[in-house]
Amino acid sequence: MKERNSVKFEFLSRSANEGFARAAVAVFIAQLDPTLEELGDVKTAVSEAVTNCVVHAYPETLGKIAVRVRLFDDNSAEITVRDWGVGIADVEEARAPMYTTGGDDRSGMGFTIMESFMDKLRVKSTAGRGTTVTMRRRISVRAGVR
Amino acid sequence: MKTQTELSGSRLTLFPQGELDHHAAASVVGEIERSIDSALPRECVIDMSGVTFMDSSGIAVVLKAHRRMSELSGKLRLVRVPERCRRILAAAGVERLVEIETRETVHNERT
Repeated sequence: MKERNSVKFEFLSRSANEGFARAAVAVFIAQLDPTLEELGDVKTAVSEAVTNCVVHAYPETLGKIAVRVRLFDDNSAEITVRDWGVGIADVEEARAPMYTTGGDDRSGMGFTIMESFMDKLRVKSTAGRGTTVTMRRRISVRAGVR
Repeated sequence: MKTQTELSGSRLTLFPQGELDHHAAASVVGEIERSIDSALPRECVIDMSGVTFMDSSGIAVVLKAHRRMSELSGKLRLVRVPERCRRILAAAGVERLVEIETRETVHNERT
């Protein structure tokens, strides 16, 4: 599988950037000619990952969030959302549906939704050092296009 | 995100418009709770047709509105829910607590 194109961008963990991040990823992924449905799935997953950084990685501070998107020649996209925040002590527990440390403002469904809207989800985290979420999604190749 | 409200008898209808994410959630919850508290309706209907994007932040918003209506012994109903929003709400089992009508079902009822 060869990489066809890639982009990397970094922004502050302000909640206003949640919309920016998902829109920027959607514009880049448009090169794979996704359906609106597929684009919506990716936007939702990116929104969940970035929101986790804003809410959990940097709870009382502002920090950096880096997003990297790689497009591959099998028409798949890999999206990495990285932060250098507090980290997750128990990733398995954090990924469980309804688990949250965010009180009743948060549903605890972020990772579950990333999992169900993307083909693959990998979460690597070190407490005190930060978290890297890598998601992959194959975009269907439509007949008669490209 | 903006929310318009409409009160008719004991039914309060809310029309949130725009992208419902974590950034918008706090102010949307505030607006919904204020509207419910001042109208004290028997039934609260949230018309979701103007929601152009929603992530899991919307789940907590709906659950808070549900809780407020339960405290008033009233009912919450979601109507004209786009399919993507419905899938996200279903992932959290929200339809077990709140009646959810998709666009199609509402349309069929009217025709």
